[in-house]
Amino acid sequence: MTRYFTSEHEWVEVEGSEGTVGITDYAQGQLGDVVFVEVPAAGTQVTKGGAVAVVESVKAASDVYSPVTGTVVAANAALADEPALVNTDPEAAGWLFRLSLADAGELDGLMDEGAYKTFVAGL
Amino acid sequence: MVSFAGYAMPIQYADGIIAEHRWTRGHAGLFDVSHMGQFLLPLAADAALERLVPGDIVGLREGALRYSALLNEAGGILDDLMVTRRADDLYLVVNGATKADDLAHLRAAGLAVTHLDGFGLLALQGPRAVAVLDRLVPGVSGLSFMRGGAFDWDDTGLWISRSGYTGEDGFEISLPADRAEAFAAALLAEPEVRPVGLGARDSLRLEAGLPLYGHDLTPEITPVEAGLSFAISKRRRSEGGFPGATRILAELGDGPVRRRVGLAIEGRQPVREGAAVIVDDAVAGIVTSGGFGPALGTPIAMAYVPTAYAAEGTRLQVELRGRRIDATVVPTPFFPKSYVREGASR
Repeated sequence: MTRYFTSEHEWVEVEGSEGTVGITDYAQGQLGDVVFVEVPAAGTQVTKGGAVAVVESVKAASDVYSPVTGTVVAANAALADEPALVNTDPEAAGWLFRLSLADAGELDGLMDEGAYKTFVAGL
Repeated sequence: MVSFAGYAMPIQYADGIIAEHRWTRGHAGLFDVSHMGQFLLPLAADAALERLVPGDIVGLREGALRYSALLNEAGGILDDLMVTRRADDLYLVVNGATKADDLAHLRAAGLAVTHLDGFGLLALQGPRAVAVLDRLVPGVSGLSFMRGGAFDWDDTGLWISRSGYTGEDGFEISLPADRAEAFAAALLAEPEVRPVGLGARDSLRLEAGLPLYGHDLTPEITPVEAGLSFAISKRRRSEGGFPGATRILAELGDGPVRRRVGLAIEGRQPVREGAAVIVDDAVAGIVTSGGFGPALGTPIAMAYVPTAYAAEGTRLQVELRGRRIDATVVPTPFFPKSYVREGASR
């Protein structure tokens, strides 16, 4: 399993041909208290960089962009009753959706954990 | 930190909006609202001020606050404000974003207004506010809701009003700006007090059903449409003589074309300012404030709708990113107010 990061503060953990997507701890800290998450339905076609989910905090609604192109296979149903999982456990239980990757080559353009840490430190 | 009315202000402190909101509902939250405009007028200007607002200022008792609004000739709201009659002057508190325009408006009307720009304003709000403040400033517990008085703390003169913008019991404290930080620090040293930012100030006032100038109140909206008819004093209703009186008195008699209403939103998704209100597949109104009510745990909103759809229980829809969500007109406040009114048992 390898985890990749985007400059828009999403993470994708890849296992075989599937990836699990969420937002980073840095992102949830910037958003503040999450009160609603809109996740894509299974079967939704998503493209790299396209708006695919919405995370709503008390402050504002924020789009989440897909790190890669693919087809959604599942969304995190637990977020419907407990959207605050995005705050309390953003990089594990607060995952947003799972997709099958169309092109694993897209991962080459993403950051690894070390590069993302450096990126965030520079913000 | 964000820029708001020319001031750098925190959206939230370390605890976050929901925790700060709940702390204020359960204990005491401290707000720095020094961006708001504080003005003085001579006592003799009371009749002249009445030509700009629909409230009874001449009949206001010493030490009493009145909520009112500066109106334009069409009866639209230029700003909402608090007026207090003090022993030697009239003390006004206006919104931060509008204070420069308000100053110009008052001066154009010939009023000799003094801008207290060297003063800060703190608000201490919540059920524990009275106990905390009375510990530092003995005697404030003797004020009732919408009453103010002069007090002293550490050789600093304070003007304290029992008022606020959260729906909770609480106080607003005016003091020289160079003493504000020391007084805020003294309040924050008390165990019941935590600092609260702009984010929770907005969610608290939303739950309390209190309109926000520039959003729920604008120059295109009259006090009657906004549900602020209580601010049009009895004597002024019979005498008129305020801007837009013809329209406003007609609206009081016949009802306005549209009204501000509270909306309970189905589901959990917050509805924000600018969302269209849909009735019978057509746009009928607009959401002017909306968000998540932290103490309620549900989304709530305020909207303007035609009077025919303003009755409690009316089913509507709100458009959200292309989808329509069911909503119901509900009474405000969404969250019950806990003011300590004169004559009420404490």
